[in-house]
Amino acid sequence: MRLAKIAVFAVALAPLAVLVWEGLHGSLGANPIEHITHATGDWTLRFLVLTLAVTPLRRLLRFPGLIRFRRMLGLFAFFYGCLHFLTFLWLDKFFDFGEMVKDVGKRPFITAGFTAFVLLIPLAATSTAGSIRRLGGRNWQRLHRLIYVSAVAGVVHYYWLVKSDVRLPLMYGSMVAALLGWRAVAAFGKR
Amino acid sequence: MLIRRAAQIRASEITPKAVYLNRRRFLVGVPVALLGARAAWAGTKLAGVVRGPYGTDERPTPYGDVTHYNNFYEFGTGKTEPAERAQKLRTRPWSVSVEGEVGKPKVYDIDELMKLAPPEERIYRHRCVEGWSIVVPWIGFPLKVLVERAEPTSRAKFVAFQSFYDSREMLSSGQAGIPFPYVEGLRMDEAVHPLTLLCFGMYGETLPNQDGAPVRLVVPWKYGFKSIKSIVKIRFVENQPPTTWSTSAPREYGFYSNVNPGVDHPRWSQAKERRLGEFFKRATLMFNGYEREVAQLYAGMDLRKYY
Repeated sequence: MRLAKIAVFAVALAPLAVLVWEGLHGSLGANPIEHITHATGDWTLRFLVLTLAVTPLRRLLRFPGLIRFRRMLGLFAFFYGCLHFLTFLWLDKFFDFGEMVKDVGKRPFITAGFTAFVLLIPLAATSTAGSIRRLGGRNWQRLHRLIYVSAVAGVVHYYWLVKSDVRLPLMYGSMVAALLGWRAVAAFGKR
Repeated sequence: MLIRRAAQIRASEITPKAVYLNRRRFLVGVPVALLGARAAWAGTKLAGVVRGPYGTDERPTPYGDVTHYNNFYEFGTGKTEPAERAQKLRTRPWSVSVEGEVGKPKVYDIDELMKLAPPEERIYRHRCVEGWSIVVPWIGFPLKVLVERAEPTSRAKFVAFQSFYDSREMLSSGQAGIPFPYVEGLRMDEAVHPLTLLCFGMYGETLPNQDGAPVRLVVPWKYGFKSIKSIVKIRFVENQPPTTWSTSAPREYGFYSNVNPGVDHPRWSQAKERRLGEFFKRATLMFNGYEREVAQLYAGMDLRKYY
């Protein structure tokens, strides 16, 4: 059981390992900062999608044990989100918080991205079992539905930043729509 | 009159004809990854290149970067895709049709076109609308040479350009998100400006496919997408012609697209740019640093309105 979690943890770190390897071997491309920004952003979205996939998959595969991985996947989404945000703040803005705030205010795609990131912070902070006890199950579950908003904001962020090729943003968008849609249908079915 | 001395090219540097004629046979069928970084895109060395005017003394961007970081959506929208996929483009035979409101329309064979004037090396800054920039030693001659040969009539107010497009070999418009074939245009005074280059080489050689072989435009004071690649048609017209990016997203890309740190793209700022190879961003210059040469073309124009 624990071995599975360790394996998933190690595999989830692989994207970061690849970036580090590329950095050490000078294969980050002609625009390394852009490459790092895109890669960390991609993986944030992918882990958000994976996290959202746990609940439907538990049901569809009749494998409730998948729940054990949901927190880890969600935290990895936050982890890559932090790296993505840090790349922006450090390598793009050079820690100029004033400039960052201006961007968040003036550039809609950054507003969307910033929103998506900020919404994950309370979720990461309350990811422990202790938090579920302190908040109470119902409240905790309500709070953690913010991931739906974060995922949508993340897709919008991606869609608004590409110049013309919207295929990947639309692909993530349809995945998120499907995962949220499944929940809507499931909730409706329970009535 | 300024007389320049031609660069001293040694006879030993000239590519042996047999190697030159067989170079494409070597490329066909060989996975690109197996070839060395430079070998795969090595063009033919260009002889008789003289140093042209308007060159910057900033250091040119490394050849590997300029050939592996490209926007050429016909071959994919990722930055490294054109380097992989453009190799299948056949640049011979190639013809460029000069047509429209001209007294002397003509279809040029590319090799004939290249010989119309002595090749000049122009080291220009190149600024992409996305916010990155490079410095490239282009080789070509002023577009003005071709314009004058064509003898435009009084009705010719603009010059329209069109790229090669093959729907079987290239992405569709739907996949790339922009309509193909790629088209661009210049006002007549922009077209005959001494900075505007009809370009067929870089770094001492003919253009690699991903950089717009065999002939492209270079308009250094405008965003890079106006420097249209792989030209097949040059048409002189009376009315402002459509341009691909402006057709695709008119609120974001205008006809003029002059580099202007004071006029932002609706979705991102244009005040700064990342010069490839540098860590810190640098301030973007008005007209990409060519203000002295081109500002008079736009005197009295509201550049916020005519973006």
